[in-house]
Amino acid sequence: MSATRYSATTGLVHEEPLLFEQAHEQHEAMALPGCAAEEAPSPLASFLRQKPAGIPGLSEPEVVRHFVRLSQWNHGIETGFYPLGSCTMKYNPRVHEQIARMPGFAQAHPDQPEDSVQGLLSLLFELQQALGEITGLPHVTLTPAAGAHGELVGIMMIRAWHDARGDDCRRTVLVPDSAHGTNPASASLAGMRTVELKSGPDGQIDLTELKSRLDDRVAALMLTNPNTTGRFESQIAEICDLVHQAGGLVYGDGANLNAIVGKARPGDMGIDCLHINVHKTFATPHGGGGPGAGPVAVNEALAPFLPVPRIERQGEQYRIVRSCPQSIGPVFGSIGQVGVLLRALAYIRAFGRDHLHRIAEDAVLNANYILHRLKDAYHVPFPGLCKHECLLTDKFQNRHGVKTLDLAKRLIDLGFHPMTIYFPLIVHGAMLIEPTETESRRTIDAFCDAMLEIARACEKGEVQPMLDAPTKPFRRRLDETRAARKPVLVWPERANGSSADRS
Amino acid sequence: MTIPEHLLYTKEHEWVRIEDDIATIGITDHAQEALGDIVFVELPAKGRKVQAGEAFAVVESVKAVSDVYAPVAGEVVETNELLESEPEKINTDPYGEGWIARVRMSGDKVELLDEATYTTYLEE
Repeated sequence: MSATRYSATTGLVHEEPLLFEQAHEQHEAMALPGCAAEEAPSPLASFLRQKPAGIPGLSEPEVVRHFVRLSQWNHGIETGFYPLGSCTMKYNPRVHEQIARMPGFAQAHPDQPEDSVQGLLSLLFELQQALGEITGLPHVTLTPAAGAHGELVGIMMIRAWHDARGDDCRRTVLVPDSAHGTNPASASLAGMRTVELKSGPDGQIDLTELKSRLDDRVAALMLTNPNTTGRFESQIAEICDLVHQAGGLVYGDGANLNAIVGKARPGDMGIDCLHINVHKTFATPHGGGGPGAGPVAVNEALAPFLPVPRIERQGEQYRIVRSCPQSIGPVFGSIGQVGVLLRALAYIRAFGRDHLHRIAEDAVLNANYILHRLKDAYHVPFPGLCKHECLLTDKFQNRHGVKTLDLAKRLIDLGFHPMTIYFPLIVHGAMLIEPTETESRRTIDAFCDAMLEIARACEKGEVQPMLDAPTKPFRRRLDETRAARKPVLVWPERANGSSADRS
Repeated sequence: MTIPEHLLYTKEHEWVRIEDDIATIGITDHAQEALGDIVFVELPAKGRKVQAGEAFAVVESVKAVSDVYAPVAGEVVETNELLESEPEKINTDPYGEGWIARVRMSGDKVELLDEATYTTYLEE
């Protein structure tokens, strides 16, 4: 197969030192005139900096080139295919950006009078309603600023619900060993004790294990459905019944909502509370340090505990309600990350109520297409159809001394962002591939061709390119072990180097 | 992969060496191999009372964070502080310098396997 089949090639990329390393003492981007007026004595004088702040001296073009050069080292969904399992890296339509940047939205102030932002509030209210309808959990808060923040808020509400019933000994949260790492972290941050549930041999929740862990101290089970092996928890109704009978609630991690949106509703399955990663299911930008949004949807029982402020409709008017007696209180500085929430509503509106199910159908179809094309070349730990992501392992390639990490690095040389590797933790050498609904068959075929070419090379014993990979990107294989053992987190590096050691 | 004859093993891939009432505990060669390069070890506090089967230490590798379960109930009397600065000892010498903790036993144990049974268990 010729090398031109894949888009990755070489090009001129610039090495780029840190801004601090480039700084010249004489340079500055802005030359401000001196102050002609006499300085008045300041009550804050004792707080004034005595020495320069150490901001590097650079000209404006140097600063611009620095960040543009760094951006050229990057790979994003707008550079190429990005099949990161469990992350739903779908394309974010350009029209979302136009909407979010409209002056009436972008320049609205969180403390502006309600009467002056009725249009914006009406859209946020519409989003609440839409998310309530999509999840089958009709009461929604838009304020949490990320998925994990939503988890924390959800567990805080569950805790408040138990406490309000006088059942204040419930401080245990059950978390399957296949869960996203944020689940136990969020529960711990909410003051709960987490207990791990071992998955059954099929990667699903083991009902016997679940029953053995349920007691009068269990506040909630946190689960993801479909779970992180890309399978629907087929016993979900029974799981929810068992937890409810034991006096607990079921928290749903909405990370994999893309697989079921418009087809099945977590509320109908018996889930009491669910966060929604709008950056996954509803095509808002991922990460980069924010801003993000992680709305939480709950049933009637948990509704009184939703955080404030809330957006309510009173007649024809939309109101921001800042005080509710049983609320867990504010969890964020305003009604939410408005720009992100508007993008989510735009995606929902683009499909409309009648066509939202096509998101899930195409996402699941694409994942199964990849599974079908790769299932003979790579080991499939759980046979049968998958949902929105397919799970493979490196078992066949291990025979040739090639591991998941090598396969992932080799994909980079062929121009694709690697899939999620070594997750879920319950599957040895896991490779979790999620194409999403926004990729064309041509792109997916090119990815499958690359995967098959890698597998064939392994079979032929041509493993050196795997072990050397990646060779094409600007940075070669990074020493992850050293980066984790001896992270350098500050500049300048301290003279003895030991301060950055993790101990 | 080595599985020394003189040790006992758990299905969670810990090893135990029992001398009088003291159990020395670590993770097996198979476990370190599966985890990959270990970058951090969270040791239990000395004096901590543990139940058999309770998670009492954490090992973190570039791939994953894993609990280490106490195979025996008792009190933690000694921990391997070398691992705080050199966690890689678990990779290079899992049954020797990579030991994790010593527990003075009192009461319960989880099911412990001998070398032959653990070898068969790994093959399954």
